[in-house]
Amino acid sequence: MSTLTSPASEGAPFVAQQFDDIEQQREAAKLGMWIFLATEVLFFGGLFLGYTIYRFTYGQIFVETSRKLDVFLGGTNTAVLLISSLLMAFAVRAAKLDQRRVLTWLLIGTALLGCVFMSIKAVEYHKDYVDHLVPGRGFEWHGADSQNAQLFFWIYFAMTGLHAIHVTVGIGIMLVLALLAWLGKFSHGNHNTVEIAGLYWHFVDIVWVFLFPLLYLVGHR
Amino acid sequence: MFTFCGALGERALPFLAMDEVTQPKVYIWTCVALLALLALTWAIAYVDLGPFNLIVALAVAVAKAIVIALFFMHIKGSSRLLHLAAVAGVIWLLFLISLTLGDYSTRGWVPLNH
Repeated sequence: MSTLTSPASEGAPFVAQQFDDIEQQREAAKLGMWIFLATEVLFFGGLFLGYTIYRFTYGQIFVETSRKLDVFLGGTNTAVLLISSLLMAFAVRAAKLDQRRVLTWLLIGTALLGCVFMSIKAVEYHKDYVDHLVPGRGFEWHGADSQNAQLFFWIYFAMTGLHAIHVTVGIGIMLVLALLAWLGKFSHGNHNTVEIAGLYWHFVDIVWVFLFPLLYLVGHR
Repeated sequence: MFTFCGALGERALPFLAMDEVTQPKVYIWTCVALLALLALTWAIAYVDLGPFNLIVALAVAVAKAIVIALFFMHIKGSSRLLHLAAVAGVIWLLFLISLTLGDYSTRGWVPLNH
């Protein structure tokens, strides 16, 4: 199954003119992606701050509203993303080892699990719509403090919505990379693109890892 | 299925230079640990620990994030520069949350003079 290329026969990795060597190029790309991910932390951070303030202020209603969310679906989604990260890690490895077919399938697999995540999210959102928990005109809360109950759901939809957009972008990227991988663009040492796309995907996973306990597991059930 | 799980970990392949290839078992064990932590946080949610529910949940989430960053994102074994970049955003976030909570939690401590 080995598709390894021998040193002198095939092409060498492409090094852009501004870099001294392939190592510097790879390091620069990774640094750039990590800095971008730091800005993404700032991006989500604002919403996390809002969540923190309102949970700090309205602790009790957050416990009650959180219990309306489906832990099974949320927890399953967490597992789905964790496994997709595993596939992505193996995809990066396959790219480094010039395993074109394996790489393509792993990228498709990652995208597919991303779609599974989005489907489960769609089911959850639909359930919330039917239960009148979507903030706005149709919102109904049978209990005290309906203003702040609606606040929780604003925060829930804002945070998971922003995350879902990131997942969608990630799925698009993975599918494009799968096509490029199939065409052999990531062989001969040109695997760094897959590595940095992997960094993005793992970051999206990390955000969900925090969203799940903070939204679904407030207080005890 | 995982036919690529070979003993290729340490062999220096032509164009890899310092980009080491991780052994499959590292990835597998990382995923096992992550799923175990997920089960833990899920199970503990059904136990009433009062304020510790939040602390435990956050601690588990942080542990998962660190594990993902170290092994899936290859922070382990990367340069100091990347470590710095990885940590910078988080430190900013900690400043943001701690200083803002410092404001909100101390309101009413000092009476306003009208």
